[in-house]
Amino acid sequence: MAVVKLQRPKLNFGEKIYFGALIKGFFLTMTHAVKSLLGKSAGAESLASSGLGVTMQFPEQRWDDHLPEYYRGAPALVTDEQGRERCVSCQLCEFICPPKAIKITPMEIPSDDPWAKVEKRPLEFDIDMTRCIYCGMCEEVCPEQAIYLRKDYLFAGFSRAEMVHDKKRLYEIGGVRVGLVNKWNELK
Amino acid sequence: MDLLQIAIIITKIIVLTFLVVLPLVPVCVYFERRFSAVIQDRVGPNRVGIPLTLLGFKKDFHFFGLIQPIADGLKLFLKEDFTPAHVRKVFYWMAPVLTVVPALITVCVVPFGSPISLFGHCEKLVIADLDIGPLFVFSVASLSIYGITLAGWSSNSKFPFIGGVRSTAQMISYEIALGLSIIPVLMYFGELNLSNIVQQQADHGWLLLPLWGHDADHTLTSKLLFWFPAAIAFLIFTISIFAETNRMPFDLPECETELVGGYHTEYSSMKFAMFFMGEYAAMVIGSAMIITLFLGGWSIGFGLDAYVAKLHIGDFYFGGFIHMGCFLTKLIGFILFFILVRWTVPRFRYDQLMKLGWVVFFEAALINVFLAALIVAAPELKTAIIGIGAVLLVVLTAAVIWVAKVSEETPKVLRA
Amino acid sequence: MSDTPSATAELKLPKDLAAEKGLVNVQIDGVWHQFPKGTRMIEACRQAQVTVPHYCYHPKLSSPGNCRMCLVQMGMPPRPAPGQEPQRDENGYEIIGWMPRPVIACANTIGENMGIRTTGDLVTKCREGVMEFLLINHPLDCPICDQAGECRLQEQSVQFGRGVSRFIDMKVKKPKNVDIGPRIRLDDERCIMCSRCIRFMDEVAGDPVLGFTQRGTHTTLTVHPDRLLDSNYSLNTADICPVGALTSNDFRFQMRVWFLKETPTIDVNCGTGTNINVWTRGNKIHRITPRLNDEVNSAWMPDSHRLNFHYIDSASRLTEPLAKTAANHSATTWSAALAEAASRIKAVPAAQVAIIASGRMTNEELFLARTLAAEIGTTQLSLVPRTAEADALLVAADRNPNTTGAKLVLETEDPYAKLDSIREGVRNGSIKTLIVLGEDLITDAGFTADDLQKLDFLVQSSVLANPTADQAHLVLPSAAFAEKRGSMVNLSGRLQRLNRVVELTGQAHDDWEILRDLILALTGEKNEVHHIEDIFKAIAESIPAFNGLTLSKIGHQGTQIAETGYQIPLLANERARKAAGLING
Repeated sequence: MAVVKLQRPKLNFGEKIYFGALIKGFFLTMTHAVKSLLGKSAGAESLASSGLGVTMQFPEQRWDDHLPEYYRGAPALVTDEQGRERCVSCQLCEFICPPKAIKITPMEIPSDDPWAKVEKRPLEFDIDMTRCIYCGMCEEVCPEQAIYLRKDYLFAGFSRAEMVHDKKRLYEIGGVRVGLVNKWNELK
Repeated sequence: MDLLQIAIIITKIIVLTFLVVLPLVPVCVYFERRFSAVIQDRVGPNRVGIPLTLLGFKKDFHFFGLIQPIADGLKLFLKEDFTPAHVRKVFYWMAPVLTVVPALITVCVVPFGSPISLFGHCEKLVIADLDIGPLFVFSVASLSIYGITLAGWSSNSKFPFIGGVRSTAQMISYEIALGLSIIPVLMYFGELNLSNIVQQQADHGWLLLPLWGHDADHTLTSKLLFWFPAAIAFLIFTISIFAETNRMPFDLPECETELVGGYHTEYSSMKFAMFFMGEYAAMVIGSAMIITLFLGGWSIGFGLDAYVAKLHIGDFYFGGFIHMGCFLTKLIGFILFFILVRWTVPRFRYDQLMKLGWVVFFEAALINVFLAALIVAAPELKTAIIGIGAVLLVVLTAAVIWVAKVSEETPKVLRA
Repeated sequence: MSDTPSATAELKLPKDLAAEKGLVNVQIDGVWHQFPKGTRMIEACRQAQVTVPHYCYHPKLSSPGNCRMCLVQMGMPPRPAPGQEPQRDENGYEIIGWMPRPVIACANTIGENMGIRTTGDLVTKCREGVMEFLLINHPLDCPICDQAGECRLQEQSVQFGRGVSRFIDMKVKKPKNVDIGPRIRLDDERCIMCSRCIRFMDEVAGDPVLGFTQRGTHTTLTVHPDRLLDSNYSLNTADICPVGALTSNDFRFQMRVWFLKETPTIDVNCGTGTNINVWTRGNKIHRITPRLNDEVNSAWMPDSHRLNFHYIDSASRLTEPLAKTAANHSATTWSAALAEAASRIKAVPAAQVAIIASGRMTNEELFLARTLAAEIGTTQLSLVPRTAEADALLVAADRNPNTTGAKLVLETEDPYAKLDSIREGVRNGSIKTLIVLGEDLITDAGFTADDLQKLDFLVQSSVLANPTADQAHLVLPSAAFAEKRGSMVNLSGRLQRLNRVVELTGQAHDDWEILRDLILALTGEKNEVHHIEDIFKAIAESIPAFNGLTLSKIGHQGTQIAETGYQIPLLANERARKAAGLING
């Protein structure tokens, strides 16, 4: 490590007695206060301010329309155009999940099912939303394009059990996703 | 002392201490939060109110979040009051009390308004009209150091202890500057009774705004001349009050980046709330002292006080209440100034703090005493003596500045 | 030693030096090694710690060389012209002439002064090509395939494959999800035709039901018409299958292998003491696979033993001590149960007390059982024999895993001898108190419920609920084989170690702790046995065969401590094939 010696800046008398800077500071903070009260803070408009500071006031005002494409909300399972649940319960998301929020119990698809050739799907698929950190690794690792982070972000519950999204809930949130790679549709 | 008198005193204690000063604490907290929010382009607490929507109404009743302090207090009250196993229990429990009580006791000498009279009975709006007002305030207020020191020590934990030690050193250092800085004021008024000091200011102009009530004893020239030492005293006194109340930029006893929470790290629930209350109460009292000594106390100013004092409905002279309103307005204004300073000025380093106290303020206050004495005594002295005095003062000032400068030259330190 | 080193070197060439030891010199990736003559190239590379990827080669099976993955470059010294001395380098090795074509390492044996290259352009290109061919018709359904995570095809396509497919035609469709046997499921699309399973069933299991039909890309693994892959060793084919073509019905779609942790321990279903790995996630056992031990089970194990673990977390598992009150059993505490047991045992004369222990108990537990008998003062201590038909491979007729250990620890020739007299004693009323350790008397030892009702006091420790427990006054929940540590001696006299794989269920206690606590409750002494090692130490001090051993010295492969003359049939078989040069391992 190189040692760099720094010289303290030489202060003149005005700077030393500190009052100039103090008054400048008061001026700055008061400007902010006044502008903020008038709703004219810098960036208030682009941040859709509520008229006080730059803050958007949440339950009444929402950012939903402005959410970017890459927004990472709740992870959810999707079905494809044919209504097939895309997840084959390979459990890679369970493996990669940094906070271990995902728990999957796989099952074999019964032979009388139209999708019996896929052989495997989740019997249970639980995501513990109290653990989920919305990192998107599950989406990234999924080889079947079955799990996506949606734009839903509003989750609250009165118990821990309520915060665990089961398979049904996950498909509700996820819905249908079209135009994905469909390797199971080829004729066999 | 008859029963009526005792009843009146008790009423005054209850009304002035518990219905005026104590409620000011949550108001301070509210202002602190809202004002800091707008300074930082935020909103601040604006939600707590009466949830009318739950009862089927269209809108909640928020009242700008003014109920927030009550919610804060309730929260602190309902929190678990946890006493760690390693603390020294008696002192640990005593410490919060020792910070709140002195701050509230000092309320008793603050004049809240001009006397009111009812049925011919005149009553001053001050709990104890002592003739040693400022001295009483200093002596009692300095007791609150014990609270902080004890809290730091009895917590039996590193960071609180450092916080406590810092606080002790800081408060003792600044008490000297505090005491010295108001000597010119007392010399000017020739009085230690705060009610009389305020009355004088109401009659003859505030110390920092001497624009009315001129007469032979109080000529405009002499008042303007005294303005300079008064301004210096005001500056030193105000800044020292910041240090005394452990407010930003001098809140080193509790600077969280270094000391976690400072002396109250180990405290929770209402005990913590009492430290909080004590601190804000001290801030209120500090502001009250500054206003009383320098800014005319309850006086409205511009010669209106005499008129207001004479307002009456029948036998009831209620001008005192108007004065009290004026006093509280000034108080809140000054508290807002306190808050503005907190969110503007960065925290001092501890060595800077000590240097400011001992090298700058102590000397400046001392010189200011001589300067004020010279100005006060000038009308009765010969010109030559005034001249000699002025020269001596200049020499003294130069000498002090030179000494300070020399002491600043850092000794050569051998570094590895 | 008057010869200078250089003089010696001139006299003796490396080949002569090696020949003296019966070895040959082989250069692998530029480094010279010495191996016994007749070693396969792939085995030589393995011993030199050079990886040669392979699918069809298995050290315990013959080498047909049909996967072509193990292609390496080989070189031999060129034959010198007549009368000409071979060229040698400064160390005396002959100069190698490299062959332009690769050879398979699994089916060729090494020779003197041979060179093997496992790197280089030729080998890399060959591997890439082989991988590409293997993947042409592979369905790439790794997300659902159980083999994912332990699949050779996955691993080697990452290491040696090209990464991108150039194949644009339709893949050949083959049968999927074929039911070829009660325990095995076949997916022909994933099969890479390595024929390991076919060879295993033919050479080891002796039940050749598998084979290929069709030709070329249509080659299909199938089971013989009218036959099923129902051998008791069929699950070994799933173990050796390098891809997910053969999967176990029991483990299928239960858990991905990358979540599983493997713990080495031994099987307790028969006297062979098969070495196993138990695969767990959390506290749940998901599967058991054989662990290589050339002195016990080679690389195989029978299905019946392999699948016998589901009882460990079944509903009939006992989880808390039970005391009989009136007709029913109700839960009690360990301290109350042990105090009760001790007072009831002390209440009758020692001659009226008998202990029936189990051949499934470890040496440590048997030792404590013996101590308990001595403490009570009874000589009535017996084990329950358990026999069934043996097969010609690994399953022994003696289904108690620790009969040899019982003989050693109890220091008796026949640990089962007294069972009849105890049963007779119970029937005629001369035995009033019976302590049963881990055995079900009604099912396995010829007792009837009426016999047991004659007893004043019956205490049983057991893993599962059973008919005997119904009659017992006290039932103590104990540990299953995967939950305990300890040692056992198999039929051929090999001391092997059980390791704790999962934690105990509920309030169940380890058997040795139950016995220790019972002894302490009887004597009222202070506990001085805190670890199972303490007991093993006591055994090692008092039993000659165990002298000088500790639990950790046993090792994962076991230690031979007695000669019993028992020969495991599968090993005899394997050694014969090895001697004939059919296999390598």
